[in-house]
Amino acid sequence: MKEDKPKIPRRDFLKTFTEKVPKLAMAISVLAAADFLTAQENGAYNPEEHNYGMGIDIHKCIGCGRCADACKNENDVPREHNFFRTWVERYVVPVEGEAIVDSPNGGIDGFPESKTEAEVLRTYFVPKLCNHCTNAPCVQVCPVGATFVSRDGVVLVDEGYCVGCRYCIQACPYGARYLHPEKHTADKCTFCYHRITKGLSPACVEVCPTSARIFGEVGLRSSPLRRFARANDTVVLKPWLNTKPKVYYAGADGEVR
Amino acid sequence: MSSSTEHIEEPLIKGNPSFGKITSVISRISEKKAPRMWYVAISITSSLAALMFVSIGYLVWEGVGIWGLNNPVGWGWAIINFVFWVGIGHAGTLISAILFLLRQKWRTSINRFAEAMTLFAVMCALVFPGIHVGRIWIAYYMFPLPNQMDMWPNFRSPLLWDVFAVGTYFTVSLMFWYVGLIPDLATLRDRATTKLRKFVLGILAVGWHGGNRQWKHYELAYLILAGISTPLVLSVHSVVSTDFAVSIVPGWHTTIFPPYFVAGAIFSGFAMVMTLSIIVRKLFALEDYITLRHLERINKIMLLTGMMVGYAYSIEFFIAWYSGNIYEAFTFINRATGPYAWGYWIMITCNVVVPQMFWFKKLRNSIPVMFVISILINVGMWFERFVIVVSSLANDFLPAAWDYYSPTFWDISTFVGSFGLFLTLFLLFIRFAPIIAMSEVKGVLPEADPHHHAQDHDHKEPNDGH
Repeated sequence: MKEDKPKIPRRDFLKTFTEKVPKLAMAISVLAAADFLTAQENGAYNPEEHNYGMGIDIHKCIGCGRCADACKNENDVPREHNFFRTWVERYVVPVEGEAIVDSPNGGIDGFPESKTEAEVLRTYFVPKLCNHCTNAPCVQVCPVGATFVSRDGVVLVDEGYCVGCRYCIQACPYGARYLHPEKHTADKCTFCYHRITKGLSPACVEVCPTSARIFGEVGLRSSPLRRFARANDTVVLKPWLNTKPKVYYAGADGEVR
Repeated sequence: MSSSTEHIEEPLIKGNPSFGKITSVISRISEKKAPRMWYVAISITSSLAALMFVSIGYLVWEGVGIWGLNNPVGWGWAIINFVFWVGIGHAGTLISAILFLLRQKWRTSINRFAEAMTLFAVMCALVFPGIHVGRIWIAYYMFPLPNQMDMWPNFRSPLLWDVFAVGTYFTVSLMFWYVGLIPDLATLRDRATTKLRKFVLGILAVGWHGGNRQWKHYELAYLILAGISTPLVLSVHSVVSTDFAVSIVPGWHTTIFPPYFVAGAIFSGFAMVMTLSIIVRKLFALEDYITLRHLERINKIMLLTGMMVGYAYSIEFFIAWYSGNIYEAFTFINRATGPYAWGYWIMITCNVVVPQMFWFKKLRNSIPVMFVISILINVGMWFERFVIVVSSLANDFLPAAWDYYSPTFWDISTFVGSFGLFLTLFLLFIRFAPIIAMSEVKGVLPEADPHHHAQDHDHKEPNDGH
C-alpha cells in the first residue's frame, strides 16, 4: 500500500523547494553566463582568419639587442648565454675571404669591436628568430607530435606533450630552438602567441627602436608586412631547403646564413 | 666438387669428437662450478653496470644538462652509444638467419653466443633513447597507447620508426634465440642433477623429447623465423640511419645512409663476435669447436664490410663536391680538418686502414692480431658515429652558434656502464646457458652426413669448400 511510504509534509516540501531551487537556478545561470562570455571571447579571435609572418629590414637594424632582451623578459627565456628565442648576429664581410659571424650573448650586451685584421668591406646586423615555416622540418621529426603548425600559421610546441628528445632542435636549419633547462622541453619563438591573439604585436617588434621588425599578416594586402614586402626586395633564408619560411629579410646578401 | 686431396679443408670441428663428447664438453660449462675468474669478472662488470644505473638516476633527477651538451649539439654520447650498440647487435641475427638461409654451416659454432650478444647489445641500445629525452617520465608518449587526450605519436618521425624497428628486431631475435635453444635446454634438463635445475630447465625446454615430429616442427619454425629475421637485419639499421638522413642537417641528409649504416653495423657486430669468441674459446678451452676456420671467415667478412664502409666514407666526399652544395662540402672538409679531425682520423685508421691487414692469410690466422684488430674496429665504429653526430651538429648552418662539444664525467660513466651491463649479461649467459648450439654442431659433424663413410674425408658438403 502506498500509505506505507514516508511522506514529506507539504509545508516542509514547499519550504525546501523555495529555498533550494532559486539557488540552483542562480548557479546554473552563472555557469551559463561564464560559458557564454568565454565563447564570446573565443569568437573574437578566429585562427582561420590569420596567417602570421615577420619582415626584417637589415638596413634598419642597429644591433642594439633590445629585441632579444625584451623577448627574454616577455617569454621567461633563461638569461644564460645559450638560450634565445630571438638573437642578433653581426656579419663582418672582409674584402677577401669568409665573412665573420658572431652573436655574443645574442647581442643583448652590444657587440665588442670586431678584431679582424682584414680590410672590411661592410658589416651589418641580422636579427634571427624562428621562421615559422609552412613546411616546417621540426614538425615532421617530432616523435610525439608535440610541435605543430597552428591554424594561424605559427609553429608552436605543446609543453605538456614534448618529451624533450631534441630532435626538432637538430632538424631546424635556422637554429631557432633550444632545450629549456627548467622545463626540459623544446622551446622557441611563438611570435608572442599570447600577445598576437589579443591583437598586440610581439615583444621584439614592440621594443625595436628603428622599426626594423615588421609583424603582420602574410595574406592581407593591407597588412604592414605586405606593404613592407612591396616596398623592398625581400628574401627568405635557405630557400633551397624547401621549408617555406615566413620571415622575410630586406637587404640580406648572399653571406647571410 | 673435385675429390683431389689438395682441396681437403680442415674440418669445422677439430679433434673428431663423438656426439656424447660434444654434449658433455659444452654442458659441463654451465654445470660445474664457475671458475674463479668468472666471479672476478662479474663483480667488475656488475659494478660498472651499477655505475650506469647511478648515472641514470642522477640524470633523471637533474636533467640532460649533466651531459656535455650545448646549444648546437643537442645529441651527444647518448645517441652515439645507441647507434653503436644497435650496430653491434647486428651480427647475431646475420649469423643466425642469413647464414642459415645461405647454408653456411660454419655458423653453428658461433651462432648461439652471437645471438645472445645481439640481444644484450640491443638491450644496451634500448637504454639510450629512453634516457636521452628531457622528460624521461613521459617517454612512453612515443608508444601508440590509447589515451584520453586522443593524441597519437607522429608517424612521420624517424624516431618513432626507430621505436618500432628496434622493438621488432629485439622481439624477433629473442624468439629466434629461444627457439634455437630448446633442444639444448632439453639436453641440459636431462643431465640435471638438482631439483631446481630440473624444474627450471624443464619449464624452459617446453616438453622437448627429440621426437621426429618435434624435430620437423622445430626445423620448420626455425626456417620461418630465419626468414622473418632476414629483412630485419637490413631494416633496423636502415631505419636508425633515417634518424639522421631525414633531417636536413649537412652531413646527415644523404641517400647512402641506409646501406652505409647496415655495412657498418655488420662490420662492428662481427668485430664484437670476434672479440668475445676469442675470449670464450680461451676461457673454456673450446678451441676445437670455435676453430681458426671460423675465425678466418669472420675476418674475411670484416675485410669486406670494412671496405664497404671505406667506400661510403669516400663517396660522401665525392657527393659533397659533386652536388655543389657549399654546406655539404664545408661539413666534410671540416670533418677531416676541423676541430674534430682527430676523431675523423681515428675512424679512418681503425675502420679502413687496419682491416686491410686481413688481406694476408698469415694475419687472418693469427689470434693476437685479430683480437687487437677486432677491438680497434669497434673503437673506429664508435668514432664513426661520433664524427657523424657531433661534427655535423657542432658546426651546423649557423656559424654564430658554433661550439665545441666535450663529454662530462656522466657521459663517460653511462657509456662505460653500458659495457658493464653488456658484459654482465654475457657472463650470466655463458654461466647458465649452453654457449654453443650442441644440436647444430652435431649436425655438421661428418657422422651426421648421410653419405658419410668412415675414413673418407672427400665427401664434404659441396658448398662448404670456399
